[in-house]
Amino acid sequence: MATLLGEAEAAAPEPAAGQPEIAGRSPWALAARRLWRNRIAMASLVLFLLIVAVCLAAPLYARDIAHVDPFVNNLNGTTIVNGKQVPLMQQGGGVLHLGETPIGPTWDLRHYFLGADAQGRDVAARLLYGGRSSLAIGIGSAVICCLMATVVALIAGYFGRAVDAVLSRLMDLVWAFPVYLLAISISTVLLTSANGLQVGPLHIAASSLWLPTLIIALIYLPYVYRPVRGHVLAATEKEFVAAAVSQGASDLRVIFSDILPNVVSVVIVLLPLMIATTILTESALSYLSVGVQPPNASLGTIISDGQDLLYTRPWVAIAPGIMIVLVVLSLNVLGDGVRDALDPRARLRVEE
Amino acid sequence: MLTFIVRRGLWTVLVMFAITALVFVIFFKTPGIDPVRLIAGRNPSPQNLAEIRHQFGLDRPFPVQYALMMKQLFITRDLVSYSNQGTLVIPEIFAAAPATLSLVFGAAIIWVVVAIAMGVGAAVLRGTVLDPLLMILALIGISMPVFWLGQVANLITQSRFHDTFLFSWVPPLGYTSLSQNPVRWFEGLVIPWVTLSILYIGLYARVLRANLIEVQNEDFIRTARAKGLTERRVLLRHTLRNSMITFVSLFGLDFGVLVGGGALLTEVVFGIHGVGFLTYQSLTNLDLPVIMATVIYGAFFIVLANTLVDITYAWLDPRVRLA
Repeated sequence: MATLLGEAEAAAPEPAAGQPEIAGRSPWALAARRLWRNRIAMASLVLFLLIVAVCLAAPLYARDIAHVDPFVNNLNGTTIVNGKQVPLMQQGGGVLHLGETPIGPTWDLRHYFLGADAQGRDVAARLLYGGRSSLAIGIGSAVICCLMATVVALIAGYFGRAVDAVLSRLMDLVWAFPVYLLAISISTVLLTSANGLQVGPLHIAASSLWLPTLIIALIYLPYVYRPVRGHVLAATEKEFVAAAVSQGASDLRVIFSDILPNVVSVVIVLLPLMIATTILTESALSYLSVGVQPPNASLGTIISDGQDLLYTRPWVAIAPGIMIVLVVLSLNVLGDGVRDALDPRARLRVEE
Repeated sequence: MLTFIVRRGLWTVLVMFAITALVFVIFFKTPGIDPVRLIAGRNPSPQNLAEIRHQFGLDRPFPVQYALMMKQLFITRDLVSYSNQGTLVIPEIFAAAPATLSLVFGAAIIWVVVAIAMGVGAAVLRGTVLDPLLMILALIGISMPVFWLGQVANLITQSRFHDTFLFSWVPPLGYTSLSQNPVRWFEGLVIPWVTLSILYIGLYARVLRANLIEVQNEDFIRTARAKGLTERRVLLRHTLRNSMITFVSLFGLDFGVLVGGGALLTEVVFGIHGVGFLTYQSLTNLDLPVIMATVIYGAFFIVLANTLVDITYAWLDPRVRLA
């Protein structure tokens, strides 16, 4: 199997000729090794996995450490600060000393670590649950988007002619449509319908996390489709494809065993960057109230809840934002690292 | 060149038609949705429902419905908002446009200047600590959600540090029109401008740096050096000029997107009543005619900007127009 990656490696001088076991390394192993050596990229991968792990532990935290239900109003509840029982909603806090203000951060993991929101719910627990939905939607939509775009790009690039023309023009149309406006239009319509989306036997409730996931996957299709199709076109021109066709290989076989391995690396480079983008998009849609719907929480909805408390209890909005920045930043750094590892020529071009 | 413009123009017309058709299908033909109830807003009277059904021709065939909607959007411009007591939608959008334009123009100036400085700085300082430092700053800028950044800016300038000399000049949130009070207009927009521009500074600085470094290895740069030009002249007249092609085309696209409603997150968080804020308000009221109109107007603007960018690009680079 002559992958483009393999060619890049063959052109490079073998670094350690004396060690025989190196000869057997696949391009993937070499790329993994390069990534492993990239300390900044590995650090961001660790950070990302850490955040994922903490978010997955949300139910454990809420049940066993904080002993709260972050989805139930708790306006009359109390908690313990410095060993004293205090109400969650305090009379006349804040700047104007009017009305009720939820309790601020106690910095005690067991008792409302980040304080309460306007409904008396534990912000720290909500943050973990919200991070869980945001990550699920971000990763889910990026994976679905990459898979669908790759399949369409393989079909368009391999069959060419009319098939390519039709599919590419369709993608151009979605591309021409501004991302947020398209997402907002689809979300508004689907969210307002009483019984969600019904396509044949498939039924998706309006409050389901699948709705934002699919919408976000759809709007970013052309952003993955375009680069992948370019690589499919380039691979289709190669001699090994002609060789496979002349040996009587079926279209499916040529697509999956000769062309696909050559474009997988492009998709893998795009994946972390796409997850970063989809997480930002999800939070923006949720902030605008057309993303994740109650009772579910996401980082975007918590920031939106925190807007009214911004000057009195800033941590309600600040904390989820910090979480988004950390996740997206780590994914962006990781994405750069993956690109450098899988396509050393791109780096060579830039770094001489 | 003329053939290119004609070809591109035809594609633009086709895209605009397709976008209106797509919006129409999304709002009127999604399975399981009754558009009449959507347009009527909350608690509609039966009389309103009948009126809407007639106005949008929902009792008539599909192409007639589409044509009627286009007529109300572009020709008679009498699309009415039902959840907002009969406000005319199209004039409302045009009234909101100056705020959006002020916001986007100011931010664009900041981001172009700072991004060029950062990109060139990083490329020139390659090999020192400053280059990775600048690029990490750029990456952080890309990774922050703009509405959250706006909240942090508000927290600092409106609340925590508002009473210090640093931010005591910042007026309360909102938009003052330029004709009403130019000083207030400027003061009120400084923080939104900076907030909106940070994402684009990060993006453009990264792109520009990569381009600069790539162009530096081209043969014509060696020629320029061989001619005995100073490094400064090589950088500004040869390297930077060539790298700006990508920069300019990116700028055209992003500018179009922002003016077409893409700045809505910034507008919402700073309470600037522009086109994006209008979209947001109509989202919270579920005011469908307004959402529809802002989406279509925004999309039109962006498609138009794309066309202009492509034509400029073809004019700058003959390879594109002959492709």
